[in-house]
Amino acid sequence: MNNLKIRQTESAAIAAIIASHNKDSTGLMDILIDVQERFRFVSKKAVNIIAEAISIPISEIEQTLSFYHFLSRTPTGRYTVYLNNSAVAGMMGRDKIARAFEKEAGCKFGTVSEDGNIGLFNTPCIGMNDQEPSAIINQRVFTRLSGEQVIKIVRAMKNGAAIDDLPGSGVQSNIIRPGPILTIEAPTAEILEKSVCRGPDDVIAEVRAANLRGRGGAGFLTAMKWQLCRAVEAERRYIFCNADEGEPGTFKDRVILTERSELLFAGMVIAGYAIGAAEGVLYLRYEYKYMTEHLENVLRQMREAGLLGRAAASKKGFDFDIRLQFGGGSYVCGEESALLESAEGKRGEPRDRPPFPVEKGYLQQPTVVNNVETLCAVAKIMLKGADWYRALGTAQSTGTKLLSVSGDCGRPGIYEIEWGFTVNDILRLVDAKDVQAVQVSGPSGTCIAPKEFNRRLAYEDLATGGSMIVIDNRRDLLKDVVLNFTDFFISESCGSCVPCRAMTIQYKKKLEKILRGNGIGADIDQMLSWEKVMRVNRCGLGQTAANPILSTIRNFSKLYNSRLRGDIEFVSEFDLSAAVRESCQVSNRVPGSGGK
Amino acid sequence: MSILITINGCEYRAEPGQSVLETAKDNGIYIPTLCNYEGIKAQGCCRLCTCLINGRKTTACTALAADKMVVETNTEELEWIRSTIIELLFVEGNHFCPACEKSGSCELQALAYRYRMTVPQFPYSFSAKDVESAHGTLLIDHNRCVLCKRCVRWRPEPEAPGWFVFANRGHEVRIRFAHERAADFDKSLAQAAMDICPVGAIIHKGRGYDIPIGRRKYDQLPIGSDIEQIGGGHE
Repeated sequence: MNNLKIRQTESAAIAAIIASHNKDSTGLMDILIDVQERFRFVSKKAVNIIAEAISIPISEIEQTLSFYHFLSRTPTGRYTVYLNNSAVAGMMGRDKIARAFEKEAGCKFGTVSEDGNIGLFNTPCIGMNDQEPSAIINQRVFTRLSGEQVIKIVRAMKNGAAIDDLPGSGVQSNIIRPGPILTIEAPTAEILEKSVCRGPDDVIAEVRAANLRGRGGAGFLTAMKWQLCRAVEAERRYIFCNADEGEPGTFKDRVILTERSELLFAGMVIAGYAIGAAEGVLYLRYEYKYMTEHLENVLRQMREAGLLGRAAASKKGFDFDIRLQFGGGSYVCGEESALLESAEGKRGEPRDRPPFPVEKGYLQQPTVVNNVETLCAVAKIMLKGADWYRALGTAQSTGTKLLSVSGDCGRPGIYEIEWGFTVNDILRLVDAKDVQAVQVSGPSGTCIAPKEFNRRLAYEDLATGGSMIVIDNRRDLLKDVVLNFTDFFISESCGSCVPCRAMTIQYKKKLEKILRGNGIGADIDQMLSWEKVMRVNRCGLGQTAANPILSTIRNFSKLYNSRLRGDIEFVSEFDLSAAVRESCQVSNRVPGSGGK
Repeated sequence: MSILITINGCEYRAEPGQSVLETAKDNGIYIPTLCNYEGIKAQGCCRLCTCLINGRKTTACTALAADKMVVETNTEELEWIRSTIIELLFVEGNHFCPACEKSGSCELQALAYRYRMTVPQFPYSFSAKDVESAHGTLLIDHNRCVLCKRCVRWRPEPEAPGWFVFANRGHEVRIRFAHERAADFDKSLAQAAMDICPVGAIIHKGRGYDIPIGRRKYDQLPIGSDIEQIGGGHE
């Protein structure tokens, strides 16, 4: 009787979740996320109920479900701990914290405690690189973790504390150097008023005159994207804001989303007005789930103030609203076509292009996908004019750039700089000393040595999406950083293109061979030759997945050479001693002793 | 409106909506592929058909032929990339040709012969993935699967969902049979699924070695030679 009641409650709870979302594939991510959060996993039964309710085959739901890191088909514990294991977390003492969690919780990472109470899992960069070691526990973020705090947290979890009562959750903003974008200058209503009083073409012309380029990293001209989208005949158009911010070391969007969200939403309204969209979608990475309440509040206030909804910004005939869409844990969803697939409830696999999203995007309708920072720049350009904006930065790279600086430096955080600053300028600002390397633009970017620190951050020199990781001379660059980044790309590949799925593993094997002291010169040559194969992958993730290794081979050849064996020309990748270790132990022989 | 496209220095006529790969094929030019299959929506998974299209590396199966397009299909670099991808696929799985029902009809094996693969430049992974035989008509050996997604994109009834999906991601990606509808999956569908699979990952149970090894398709002629025999349709 009791069991039956529990089962009915489960079905009823799932039915209630389904009822609160779109009953088709576009609601699937929302439904799966809610079920995951409510039950701490998505059971077979839940999948069956969802399949029935939204008329999607069970197997197709499973193919979406199995793609995302934070969606699980097995229980993840009443409290699910996701501890960041990115390179910077490692540099800041993550391993000690991991051991403390394991000791206190009584289970290993990748497992759930026997009583089903606590699950411990690794996760790649969660956008908190300026306050590592950090973890996500049931959508709450815990930063700058110490061993003592872990003991307190685990004790509270063992006592069944409410998630809000776990000690020490919270995120610091760390805006250290605000610039024109981060400075609040005018009410949102004024920015929107100044925009919608002009025609859409006029708005696009202003953004074009400002020479604004996409701040996600690719640097495509924003006005051109809008123009292309606007030119396509369609019933509906969409503006998406890409807040997937998954590049390890990047956290600037996190700060905009929590500190300047109205500016961002204003940018979305302006973009929607310019391209003729009725709906804006803010696609956020699941790691930022903790922001939901704040963002929904801001949107509600904007609706109440008449800035969103019917006749948005008091512009007759301009009906526009914004909704949130969360992902489920996947780096590749930061690629715009993969992001749209995900928003449609599918696996986050990048699409073949053409057609580009501006022609066929969300639900096959013309769609613009813009970065968070880009849209903030749009709002400021409409407020203060293209001339003002163009006066900032360099001739080819106008405006400012938000940098997320982390790693070995005295003042990690957010720095808004004009384009044209050199790497050395930044290192002085952040108080970095004895610097061995700087990882510019995250793992998919490039790792540079001191001889290049005089290069300028600009599209025409050193382009960046904003991640800057400082690595000082205490670190083993290859082991602590390059190997970690290579693992990251292996686990984040969607698995569709052969080189991205399989070559990344070969790169890792080679790197490990070198780290073991078995590398030879030919290994380096081979790794360089494989770059051509990586470049035929479909998307930016695949094309850049070997960059951590390739850029360090080019810029830190001494680090590699010092580990190579110069005495021989061939070393088998196959470690015979390791392969026969077990049988040698059983038969009491010594590996490599010729059977003695 | 006619479309004129230049492939390897010669000009050909293409039909609107035709891919570069199809145009080349119609004109006797073979572009290697493992994931493309007539009647199944192209998706550019294996990347083997990558060509220089207007100077950019692009998959020929997904690129539509356009007027004045210039294509190179077989530069030394492209051919090297192809042979490397084939090697990657060989070491990713277990491909013991003499023990495989698909030997001689296997496109991966045939491509390896065409590219004269002897020993791959990569270490073997000694794959230990599942072999599924739960379904009455199907055997799925994931160790042979090249994840080309032909079966995933295959729609024997255009309006109905497919029979296979992709599960997981990265190197843990696997094809998954739609077990919930297994009762409707009959022998003819099983045979069709096996025929679509370029390798021996999907095997129709209960039949074997109908055509003896040695007399199968690629035992007679190298892969692609049927296309190349159409011969120079120069215009």
